[in-house]
Amino acid sequence: MLIKKPEDIKSSEITDNKLYLSRRLFIRGAVLAGSTVATGLVYRRFTSHGEEGQSGEKIADVQTAPPTIQPIDEKKTPYEDITHYNNFYEFSTDKLAVADKAKKFVTRPWTVAVEGLVSKPRVFDIDDLLKISPPEERVYRHRCVEAWSMVIPWVGFPLGKLLDQVEPLSQAKYVAFETLADPKQMPNVSTDVLQWPYVEGLRLDEAMHPLTILASGLYGETLPPQNGAPLKLVVPWKYGFKGIKSIIRIRLVEEQPPTTWNIAAPREYGFYSNVNPEVNHPRWSQTHERRIGEFGLRDTLMFNGYADQVAQLYNGMDLRKYY
Amino acid sequence: MSTVSNESINSADGRSPVVRRPSPVDTRFAQLVIFINSAVPLSLLGWDWYHHHLGANPTEFATRTTGVLTLLFLILSLAVTPLRKSLGLPWMIKFRRLLGLYGFFYGCVHLLTYVWFDKFFGVKLIGEDIVKRPFITVGMASFVMLVPLALTSTQKSIKRLGGKRWNRLHRLAFVAAVGGVIHYYMLVKADTREPIAFGVVIVLLLTYRALNKFFPQFTQQQPARVQAQRH
Repeated sequence: MLIKKPEDIKSSEITDNKLYLSRRLFIRGAVLAGSTVATGLVYRRFTSHGEEGQSGEKIADVQTAPPTIQPIDEKKTPYEDITHYNNFYEFSTDKLAVADKAKKFVTRPWTVAVEGLVSKPRVFDIDDLLKISPPEERVYRHRCVEAWSMVIPWVGFPLGKLLDQVEPLSQAKYVAFETLADPKQMPNVSTDVLQWPYVEGLRLDEAMHPLTILASGLYGETLPPQNGAPLKLVVPWKYGFKGIKSIIRIRLVEEQPPTTWNIAAPREYGFYSNVNPEVNHPRWSQTHERRIGEFGLRDTLMFNGYADQVAQLYNGMDLRKYY
Repeated sequence: MSTVSNESINSADGRSPVVRRPSPVDTRFAQLVIFINSAVPLSLLGWDWYHHHLGANPTEFATRTTGVLTLLFLILSLAVTPLRKSLGLPWMIKFRRLLGLYGFFYGCVHLLTYVWFDKFFGVKLIGEDIVKRPFITVGMASFVMLVPLALTSTQKSIKRLGGKRWNRLHRLAFVAAVGGVIHYYMLVKADTREPIAFGVVIVLLLTYRALNKFFPQFTQQQPARVQAQRH
């Protein structure tokens, strides 16, 4: 490199001070603007949640719920929120990212094996299964164990109608459910965040309760994958994680079956997991909940507001012990 | 502005060996760049909040994001010393206070989202949380530790306390960062990958400090300027 001594530099070659300053200012402005944009992009990269997910298709001939199911007089949570705030750990542990991660999930063909202690075990094609009983709209409160809640207009039919088809034997005391665990379609199944496949269970009388449904839709349309397509369990008086998604197997058993969150943290998530403001999660309070779309907090209701219909299932049980 | 530029013009002539060479980087400008960039996440968070782009549960999102940013800035400020020593870039020290104060600032916003949007300034509810919920206890304690550090972040305080005592006090930053990671770890339901990643970085920074104490010949690079004088 040629370094000229000051006396070698002609005064005409010396950059004018004004020009020097303005160029310097320009470079500094560019550095400032460029780095700010870059930081913004990094922030966006870490906080964005991908594109829109799959959308549902209209379900024909949705019936209103039978009169025994009390309608609830609370504002329904918007479709956008129900479908873009999901706990479905097979796809992502980020609730806002599940819709995008699940958008290519394939739900046809799909079969559900109903087996175990039954006289007529059967592997149902999903479309045959959905014809067992006409689809009903069931508007239920949904209370997540994380202390937020929604009001969701599910479309589904009572689980009891399916169980009637396979005729449970008298030894059957519990129902065990299993979610698909397909690492090709579900990116998080290859991690050990939870034990896969996701499994859940109910006592047989809970499963036969008229409030317990198998849902295949919401807002009159088929479920998008992030909400558990093509078939999910809805038990409105229990915390949301009991509502197992994308079911492939239902097994009638004699002993209380293992459940995924109970395996992960037995002290925090019991088999029953009924919504109960008096039994706190060891790490946070369950007395209040944030209703999605509302600013303030609501009081959490015993059995999520379904106490008059389900409390008798637990007569004589210590709900602190059987949390 | 003009005095700064004159100084760099003078030094460009290469004839002034006695005059203190300015650091190769204009640290004042670099500070400005860091200052503005550090405000970007909060600005975008505010922007998204205003436009209802924070998803179904804006409070949860804002609390989570500001919490992660608090940890990030604490770690960045703690990384300054290892970086400047191992890379031989002494002027980086100019960024430590700024990054640390940003950590404190994001911690304040994080605490505010909890106190306001989660507890609605309910003193009793917050008190119960602090007593009953270990992750809140740990988080709150970590925040409280940052307060004296922020208060003594001025040049004046360093003089008043004396460098040694000041340094000892400011080791609390490590304790607060570790507390922050534990707070985060205790809060997540099952996916502990992120808090563990933060924890690993802190362990690496602490390891550097330990190595630096006993084997400075391997962990430090002399600044280029000093090396030049030796030859």
